[in-house]
Amino acid sequence: MTSNNSDASTNTDTSSASSVTSSLGPLDLEKGQGTKEQSIEEIVASLGDTVGKTRVDNPKMSATGVDVFYADKQAIFGVDLDIANNEVISMIGPSGCGKSTLLRCLNRMNDTIPICKVTGELTLDGEDIYGRDTDPVLLRARVGMVFQKPNPFPKSIYENVAYGPRLHGLSRNKSELDDIVITSLRKAGIFEEVKDRLDAPGTGLSGGQQQRLCIARTIACSPEVILMDEPCSALDPIATAKIEELINELSENYAIAIVTHSMQQAARVSQRTAYFHLGKLVEVGHTADIFTNPRHELTEKYITGRFG
Amino acid sequence: MNHTDPTDSETSDADRSSTDTLGMTRSDTTAKVKASIKKRYARERRFRLYGLIAILSSLSFLAILVFTITKNGLPAFKQTFIQLDVTLDAKTLGLGDEPDQAQLLKANYNGTIKKALLAQFPDVKKRKDKKALYKLISKGGQYDLQRQVMESPDLIGQSKTVWLPAGDDASGYLKGMVDVTIPEKKRRFKDNQIEWIESLKQDNRVAERFNWTFFERGDSREPEMAGIKGALFGSILTLMVTLILSFPIAVASAIYLEEFAPRNKWTDIIEVNINNLAAVPSIVFGLLGLAVFINFFQLPRSAPVVGGLVLSLMTLPTIIISSRAALKSVPPSIRDAALGLGASNLQVVFHHVLPLALPGILTGTIIGMAQALGETAPLLMIGMVAFIVDVPATITDPATVLPVQIFQWADLPEKGFVEKTSAAIMVLLAFLVAMNTFAVILRRKFERKW
Amino acid sequence: MFVAAYWIGRSKATGMRNLATKAQPLHSLPRYYGYQMLIWCAVPAITVFALWMGLESTVLTKLVKLSLPDEIRNLPGGEFNLIINDIKNIAVGNISQSQSDPIRTTAAADYSINLGFSKWARAVVVLVAGLLGAYFGYKRITYSARARIFVEKVIMIFLITCSCLAILTTVGIVLSVLFESLRFFDKVPFSDFAFGLHWSPQTSIRADQVGSSGSFGAVPIFAGTLLISAIAMLVAVPFGLMSAIYLAEYATPRVRAWVKPLLEILAGIPTVVYGFFAALTVAPMIRGFGESIGLSVASESALAAGLVMGIMIIPFVSSLSDDVITAVPQSMRDGSLGLGATKSETIRKVVIPAALPGVVGGILLAVSRAIGETMIVVMAAGLAANLTINPLEAVTTVTVQIVTLLTGDQAFDSPKTLAAFALGLMLFVTTLILNVIALRTVRKYREQYE
Repeated sequence: MTSNNSDASTNTDTSSASSVTSSLGPLDLEKGQGTKEQSIEEIVASLGDTVGKTRVDNPKMSATGVDVFYADKQAIFGVDLDIANNEVISMIGPSGCGKSTLLRCLNRMNDTIPICKVTGELTLDGEDIYGRDTDPVLLRARVGMVFQKPNPFPKSIYENVAYGPRLHGLSRNKSELDDIVITSLRKAGIFEEVKDRLDAPGTGLSGGQQQRLCIARTIACSPEVILMDEPCSALDPIATAKIEELINELSENYAIAIVTHSMQQAARVSQRTAYFHLGKLVEVGHTADIFTNPRHELTEKYITGRFG
Repeated sequence: MNHTDPTDSETSDADRSSTDTLGMTRSDTTAKVKASIKKRYARERRFRLYGLIAILSSLSFLAILVFTITKNGLPAFKQTFIQLDVTLDAKTLGLGDEPDQAQLLKANYNGTIKKALLAQFPDVKKRKDKKALYKLISKGGQYDLQRQVMESPDLIGQSKTVWLPAGDDASGYLKGMVDVTIPEKKRRFKDNQIEWIESLKQDNRVAERFNWTFFERGDSREPEMAGIKGALFGSILTLMVTLILSFPIAVASAIYLEEFAPRNKWTDIIEVNINNLAAVPSIVFGLLGLAVFINFFQLPRSAPVVGGLVLSLMTLPTIIISSRAALKSVPPSIRDAALGLGASNLQVVFHHVLPLALPGILTGTIIGMAQALGETAPLLMIGMVAFIVDVPATITDPATVLPVQIFQWADLPEKGFVEKTSAAIMVLLAFLVAMNTFAVILRRKFERKW
Repeated sequence: MFVAAYWIGRSKATGMRNLATKAQPLHSLPRYYGYQMLIWCAVPAITVFALWMGLESTVLTKLVKLSLPDEIRNLPGGEFNLIINDIKNIAVGNISQSQSDPIRTTAAADYSINLGFSKWARAVVVLVAGLLGAYFGYKRITYSARARIFVEKVIMIFLITCSCLAILTTVGIVLSVLFESLRFFDKVPFSDFAFGLHWSPQTSIRADQVGSSGSFGAVPIFAGTLLISAIAMLVAVPFGLMSAIYLAEYATPRVRAWVKPLLEILAGIPTVVYGFFAALTVAPMIRGFGESIGLSVASESALAAGLVMGIMIIPFVSSLSDDVITAVPQSMRDGSLGLGATKSETIRKVVIPAALPGVVGGILLAVSRAIGETMIVVMAAGLAANLTINPLEAVTTVTVQIVTLLTGDQAFDSPKTLAAFALGLMLFVTTLILNVIALRTVRKYREQYE
């Protein structure tokens, strides 16, 4: 099942057992409230192919049949997904559904966890990122990541942003480096707030500022893709709004994948949305479609807040 | 395709980074990163190597140390004996007809042995040679003979075949520790002595046995007769005093500090104090012991009781700190449950918290005791460094302890003491390893994750 | 007696409980009444016993003194003490009576009679005190008596006393060391001690030379201590830190599980063993090596002692740094790796700078240990106080001097022994300052990431 481009109305779990198939799928949305809670397990047990369009034209990154294991425990089951250029894709789903795990696979951050094993195909511009010849350092320079909790280094604001360019030798001299730092801080929308205190420690900023500093740090390496792992979960609403605005601006130049727990956030910032459940990609589609007209029963239940 | 070990591929990538197939992209980041990546990976490998070297060399220090000690110490567990036919005639012994015990004690056993040696080698005539000959048998040999005669006085007047311990140099030679290729003049063990020993060997008059002397005797000036029994008992007595004093006091103060103490300045001071005491050099505790226990309270010098006092002051912080950690790891839910049933604060602690924390406390105590067992410096201060032959029986007898015995022997010039020192170290290390292993087992067995 | 007190108290209370009514219930469990009575019985008895033991020897010595003729009584302190010791030894039978003069023999006879009397009197008085206490306690067993609260209060007092012992120890150290040091500075001006360049305590045995000779200049000793500690830290810090980094960042859990305990063995080896190793193996090796390349190396070179001390401290540095490095949050590493840093770049540029305060604290603790380390330097470093920075020469350290000055047979108040206490004071103050700074840094560091 390399691609699943057919329209979802004809795509009701051809591979799963037919006896269970009857109890799920987009046609059963109107099922009674009373039996719903029990049926979720049944639905999950019979999850089959992803509903919706997993492929895009000219993808920046794409995953095909990706399985992820932590020791013996499988965390992700055969996920197919594309990430397009100049687009924000958000990944939503209940806790432990594997969305963060998938995100971390996209720049091989899972390499830092010794028991983690990834199989399947993940590509960046058509090249296998887990291939023998692929260098994780280069990959991570091209695929930047912003983490859940703001994690500025215990260095000055300037040094935080200059860290990546220095590592990779992106600047030839001090003035070039200054340019990179200032541009990055500007792009991250934090320059005006910190321009007088570039030498102050990055850890002294507020939470929202710290997160924007981390974003500036990421874009200073001029990546092609930015991965964001619940970037606003530790922030207050005002800081969140600023970050969301920033994501909108950044999407003009970068491919962005964002994991979020907030459905409103997903609706606000992303063009496409992917819904995960227990390690399986349940449904993908245009954000508007997913939130207004979900086709899979689980998606519908999650979005309407009946579990998760 | 399976990528089972990501870290593996991470390092092996380095070599191939120049032929990276990710290819050139529109961004020039890639090109710039690639330019320096080889160097960066080389640095990565170098750094990793430094770490590995550091660990391996630390471990090899350990290996060298253990190897040296074992190599030097193993021969000490063997003792060589020489068989002689001694004639216990009253005249040589210098005894009258009806000798009493006191006379038997002072009889000339040495002369008897010398005579037996001369009988064995009748050709030896020169004074100098005779002296060399006598050295084949240890000076301690006479005490063995003395003991035998005192046990059964009717041996007097008879001939007897006895095994006597070989002298320091002779046993060194028999254990293969004398390099015969060295010119005779530079050797302590001379050619004629070698000749005698070889002839004794041919007569089957030389034997090697397990060295019980080493465990059955106290200190001695003769390396072949020196044993660790006195030091061992001194250590045991000292540790007993230490344990009896430090365990209850440490547990009591840990309980108070962890369970009852209000958070105020005073408890803060106590806490800082305990942490500091744990890092105070041990010799300072020795000074305290000397000034307070010996000069002020007039307690006897060299006694295990003073040693134990000093060591328990020294180990208190260690035990308190680990006991507090153990108490802290008992979840508050258990306290709440017992309190909810109407138990008083003290009952909660003594009935519920303490039993649960006990394995942790014991582990800490054993580690503290192991520390005390290996401690030397403070004991030097309180005079446990005297030359003591007798085995101490009570905690006020003068005594020495194992590490101090090692220190004393290490200073002695006789070659035989090098092996004795190493052997004593092996015994000490064996005790320490046993204690630590026990602590680890205890911890593993009762370790609980709440 | 104590057991009896417990049972009597308990059984009385049990009887009372059986008769207890609703209006007049027994306050606590019978057990507690037992404990209460036990406390009433034991506390006076033990107090009396302790007092008696403490005063006994003083009183008895006074009595002997009164019975002695005037000419002996007027002897100077030292000689007089010798005679008293003789008398005591005769009384106990350590010296046979025939060897001593009649005055001592009669005094000894008196002494032993007094000793015997004292023993009896002690037993009687203690018994009476115990019984009185028990009687009082027995009377106090009533329905309304709050035995449990009383017992718990007593236990609490015991707990608090125990936890104050740490403070008492510190105070004891400070007082004993300070007191003797002040006596020393009475005889030798502080400025001579702190800034003098010449140290040779042996020249000042004659009392008239003290102070004028200026032989108590401690600068060479401090310099020697610093030199050896510096060598030790040069070995320990790189090796320890790199080992910690490798273990915390690179090693697989399996390797870690094996290597960490092995390194801890290195930390658990008694220092006297290291000293022996240094003197027996390392020092001759360095000397041989130095001579083979044409350098003259002292047989007790600072290098040998420093090297071995460094090896000893490696596990100390590594385990402290390991704790600190693992305390750096993973998010910090993720941030750096996510930007495309290699592992070593992450460690060098992010993890170590983040862990720096903790690492520095650990190193300070290690320095304090190196300065206070005794046995290695006593066995492997020299006695001569040379003022040099050449690691191939022999230097001496504070701890070596303390040991040498105090293990001889000096009168306690000679400037020589007092000098040891002055050195001890310096040692204590230095290590205390280092420890306080280090512990504070480490604590602040921990709080930062908690």
